[in-house]
Amino acid sequence: MEERVTDSAAKPVRRLPGVEGVWVFVGADMLFFTALFLSTMIGRRDAAEVFEAGRLTLDPNYGGINTLILLTSSWFVVLAVNAAKRDRLDEIPRWLLAAFGCGVAFGISKIFEYGAKLSAGITPASSDFYMYYFILTGFHLLHVIGGSVMLLVFWKMSRRRAFDSRRLAVLESGGLYWHMVDLLWIILFPLLYLMK
Amino acid sequence: MNLFKRPGLVVWLVLMLATVITTWVLSKDIVAARTGTVAIIAIAFYKVRLVLLHFMELRHAPLPLRLFFEGWILVVAAAIIGMYLSGGTT
Repeated sequence: MEERVTDSAAKPVRRLPGVEGVWVFVGADMLFFTALFLSTMIGRRDAAEVFEAGRLTLDPNYGGINTLILLTSSWFVVLAVNAAKRDRLDEIPRWLLAAFGCGVAFGISKIFEYGAKLSAGITPASSDFYMYYFILTGFHLLHVIGGSVMLLVFWKMSRRRAFDSRRLAVLESGGLYWHMVDLLWIILFPLLYLMK
Repeated sequence: MNLFKRPGLVVWLVLMLATVITTWVLSKDIVAARTGTVAIIAIAFYKVRLVLLHFMELRHAPLPLRLFFEGWILVVAAAIIGMYLSGGTT
């Protein structure tokens, strides 16, 4: 799969996308979430019935659609970075706005999901499962909100032509962060919504 | 503006398809709970790898960086599946 699905432009030279610091940040953030994932698994092992009962009250349609939204948003950012690399400057704001729209859609769907839980009287204190559910999805939602604000700022910057093939580092680094937000959700979703 | 020549299109399509299969097929009761769950977690980490290698361009990044993240995928996937299988059946 690896090389077959790549875009045609072969890049013989290895290069670090974005700046070094963003990789340190991404790595650290992923380790932080790793700790949350593993504590969730420990919590689950100690209270399997409670977790399964809680899980059954979640709607996997929300989680699945949110995954599709974030994956698409990630791809839009890939297209924005690619447009910058090729100096197609008019394209960049379009892709960034589309990516931002997906971030907003994710947030709105989370408002509905949290709203339904809270109005049913379910809070983080309701059970161990819900404690993990609110902590994991809450931390992740903060990342989505931060990332969406970043995409909006990038959109404004790209309209002022702040990014091109020679000024790529900021856009690329922000893009790496947004992909990380996507990949954390890819793990978080089955862990809470699908694991039987 | 040929969308089919867009970079990452095939990766995006695979990611979308994998999500549909895990969310709306493998999680259903027609699949045995344990088999389905292990498959769902394995596919999730395969998706993570696609995002890291293609969207985050780790496939062209310096090797130590790529190996760190590939190692992370293996360790965390193994830990989650291992902890799941060692837990009680539901």
